[in-house]
Amino acid sequence: MAHHARTPIRLARLVLLALTLVLAPATLTAPTPAAAQAAQEEVATILAGFTRGQFPATLAAIDALAASGHPHAAEILTALSDRRLVVEAAGRRVLWKDAGGAYYDALTGAPVAAPGATTDVRVSNAVRRAVQTAMASLTLRAPSPATRIEAAAAILRARDLSQRDALAAARAEETDPNVQRAFDDTLAGLAIADTGAAEADRLAAIARLAERGDASARALLLGLPADAPEALREAASAAIAAIDRRLAMQAHVQNIFFGLSLGSVLLLAAIGLAITFGVMGVINMAHGEMVMIGAYATFVVQELMRTFAPGLLDLSLLVALPLAFLSAGLVGVALERLVIRHLYGRPLETLLATWGVSLILQQAVRSLFGPTNREVMNPSFMSGSLELFGIALTWSRVWIIVFALAVFLALLVAMKATSFGLRMRAVVQNRRMAASMGIRTPWIDALTFGLGSGIAGVAGVALSQIDNVSPNLGQSYIIDSFLVVVFGGVGSLWGAFVAALSLGVANKLVEPLAGAVLAKIVILVAVILFIQKRPRGLFALEGRAVES
Amino acid sequence: MTRKPILFRLMAPHIAPAVLALVAAAALVPIANLVFPADHPLHVPTGTVVLLGKWLTYALLAVALDLVWGYCGILSLGHGAFFALGGYAMGMHLMREIGPRGVYGHPVLPDFMVFLSFEELPIAWWGFDVFAWAAFMALFVPGLLAFVFGWLAFRSRVTGVYLSIITQAGTYALMLAFFRNELGFGGNNGLTDFKDVLGFSLQADGTRAALFALSALALAGGLLLAQAIVTSKLGLVLVAIRDAEARTRFLGYRVERFKLFVFTLSAMMAGLAGALYVPQVGIINPSEFSPANSIEAVVWVAVGGRGTLSGAALGAVLVNWAKSFLTGAYPEAWLFVLGFLFVAVTLFLPKGILGALRSVRLGRRARAAQATSAQPAEVRG
Repeated sequence: MAHHARTPIRLARLVLLALTLVLAPATLTAPTPAAAQAAQEEVATILAGFTRGQFPATLAAIDALAASGHPHAAEILTALSDRRLVVEAAGRRVLWKDAGGAYYDALTGAPVAAPGATTDVRVSNAVRRAVQTAMASLTLRAPSPATRIEAAAAILRARDLSQRDALAAARAEETDPNVQRAFDDTLAGLAIADTGAAEADRLAAIARLAERGDASARALLLGLPADAPEALREAASAAIAAIDRRLAMQAHVQNIFFGLSLGSVLLLAAIGLAITFGVMGVINMAHGEMVMIGAYATFVVQELMRTFAPGLLDLSLLVALPLAFLSAGLVGVALERLVIRHLYGRPLETLLATWGVSLILQQAVRSLFGPTNREVMNPSFMSGSLELFGIALTWSRVWIIVFALAVFLALLVAMKATSFGLRMRAVVQNRRMAASMGIRTPWIDALTFGLGSGIAGVAGVALSQIDNVSPNLGQSYIIDSFLVVVFGGVGSLWGAFVAALSLGVANKLVEPLAGAVLAKIVILVAVILFIQKRPRGLFALEGRAVES
Repeated sequence: MTRKPILFRLMAPHIAPAVLALVAAAALVPIANLVFPADHPLHVPTGTVVLLGKWLTYALLAVALDLVWGYCGILSLGHGAFFALGGYAMGMHLMREIGPRGVYGHPVLPDFMVFLSFEELPIAWWGFDVFAWAAFMALFVPGLLAFVFGWLAFRSRVTGVYLSIITQAGTYALMLAFFRNELGFGGNNGLTDFKDVLGFSLQADGTRAALFALSALALAGGLLLAQAIVTSKLGLVLVAIRDAEARTRFLGYRVERFKLFVFTLSAMMAGLAGALYVPQVGIINPSEFSPANSIEAVVWVAVGGRGTLSGAALGAVLVNWAKSFLTGAYPEAWLFVLGFLFVAVTLFLPKGILGALRSVRLGRRARAAQATSAQPAEVRG
């Protein structure tokens, strides 16, 4: 580029830039008449460059205009390269024409109704190139941070060294930290690519990128020209290796996090089953439908609040929690009283009957709410993500983990520290003895089943945030839930906890190697084989009670 | 107790009529379909023949399931997988028989493989151009899977609901696997667009009638085989395992071997049923592996009567008749009815239709005897 040939113009630009620096905040907030006047005059001087009909003058005007901060600079420059910039013969006013043919004053941006005779500002390839470059540096000062970041990225992609000064200048003014980082990246990338720069500068740029240590830094380092000096190349490859190690580590941590969040989902889905199946020994194939009922309760609560209390919509999940617990719990108690009670001691029959109940519940929901997915929105505190050491953790996943742990702890407390929990354990351990101590065992059975189902309903609230709320919601969790309980050891809450988290993590660790579906198959087969080895699961109960 | 001769045992009151009826149907239905003209009152339309043939293969699956569940207490929630594997074996042969007549006209590769840009036939497809190999594999693959699975599970004494759950997980895993295109079995779409079998067009009335007759005879054969087993000494051991597994083991029987035998045999019967099913319905896809299908098969057995063999077959036909009637007339109602069937049968008809009828016929004494022996297998403390 003919950049260096025009040093005086660069100087002029710098002066103008300094002017803009001083003026920009003022013009942005509340331009004083005097300042506005000065800016107008300055732009008028620049625009005059277009009226001369000489390429050097036009080129100088382009650069000056880009640096001027004139609000219509972008429109004028685009018009220029599209041959829509004209000069009024009388009065030498510079006008631009929009696509529809209407004219605007380049100085004020005001529409011009009927201009006199005009001549086009002449355009050459050099002019077009200059416009292109100028536009890039213009966007470096665009009002939107995203546009500025994109502009920097574009410069980097093109390895456009001519933009370096403009970028450095823009960097000096920049206040947004994200944009600052993007500008620094681009500057470093340019420094690395600049064969003309001093080796020390380039080494420093490499060191800077190595410190950044993320994927885009790695890409920048890869951009080092192959003919770079030995020392540079060594430094770059060492930095890349370090970044690779770090990225691999991050990917690992991220996978484990995903695994924990999947495990939490499994835990939520299975924890109710750990009570009904694990503690009571009831094979409840309708367990998944309890989860579904909870999810639909969330949906209903959300719709009601949307109608009656739109301001509190963000709290609808909190309102839904107890209601989901109650609705699923009540269905559970009804199921226990009407069906399961008659089938105690016949697990295979229970399995069939509850499967039937699950079909009825599914079809009932399908008839009531329709077969399609219902949308449950994420409250504001669950959208977005949390940045930790360069790893993006989505808030919804973080909350699911927290929520699963909370539910698990609450359940542990209910089992170990309440009188209901005590009675429940007494009935499980020795039904007849418990009965003779005055515990109403049928009552406890119903309540226990209600508790397990209610917790499934609560799980439904959480799952409504990450899964489709449809009549088939429960179906997709039932097999996984049973596997978790069986894998963990029937009757052991901690077993379910460990099983759910380890299955989740294992799944996510296998996934990058084998793909999602294959990972699931591998885990299923692994659990099936594990059960052959330890038919009673990880945390097996010992003793005679197990065999019966 | 002296044991009766085998022929006598096979002529039990609930087996003999069923077998005779099936043999008669195998002869008469094709005649009614092919010989009588369409407007004759005795004419059976081809659509009905195909539907009945399909139900008969379901009935064979139900008999296979009843053999393990009704007589040995193994509630398999994955029998649909054996059925589907048998079906896939037959489907693969039918795919090969299309030959160069596919849409892409490739001389060897089926259409979906051309579409997925396979270079050559996967190794698993070797030999499937020969009908005998496909027929053998339709029995062998389900049998092998059942053998390996059973060998692992029974040896480590995985019983009851644990076994049910891992069989269900197993068929679920197979379903996921067969959904993958990379496996080379047609992925999502499965195998379809069959043209003919052994040179006979699958669209021809004669072929369809013949397939119906084959299904009826296969079911009759399955009933006889199952009856022969359950009335043999081996069958008595099976029932003993069902009712008191630990006690049978303490008496010196190698429980896992008996279970393994009957489980493998049952899987092969299910595979045969699947192999007969596929040419009649013209498609096999991974949804046949879905756990819901296997559970539905359990319901057929429960409705008809667990541990009655012919009752299982009857249940399969009745439930499927109700299904095809209801899904046509009241599509919303079908799942309600099916769900209600599950609940009602387990609560009010624990021995199924045939079991209930038999109880009525056998009178008070038998019922009293039953009350003491009913469901002793899983008594909970």
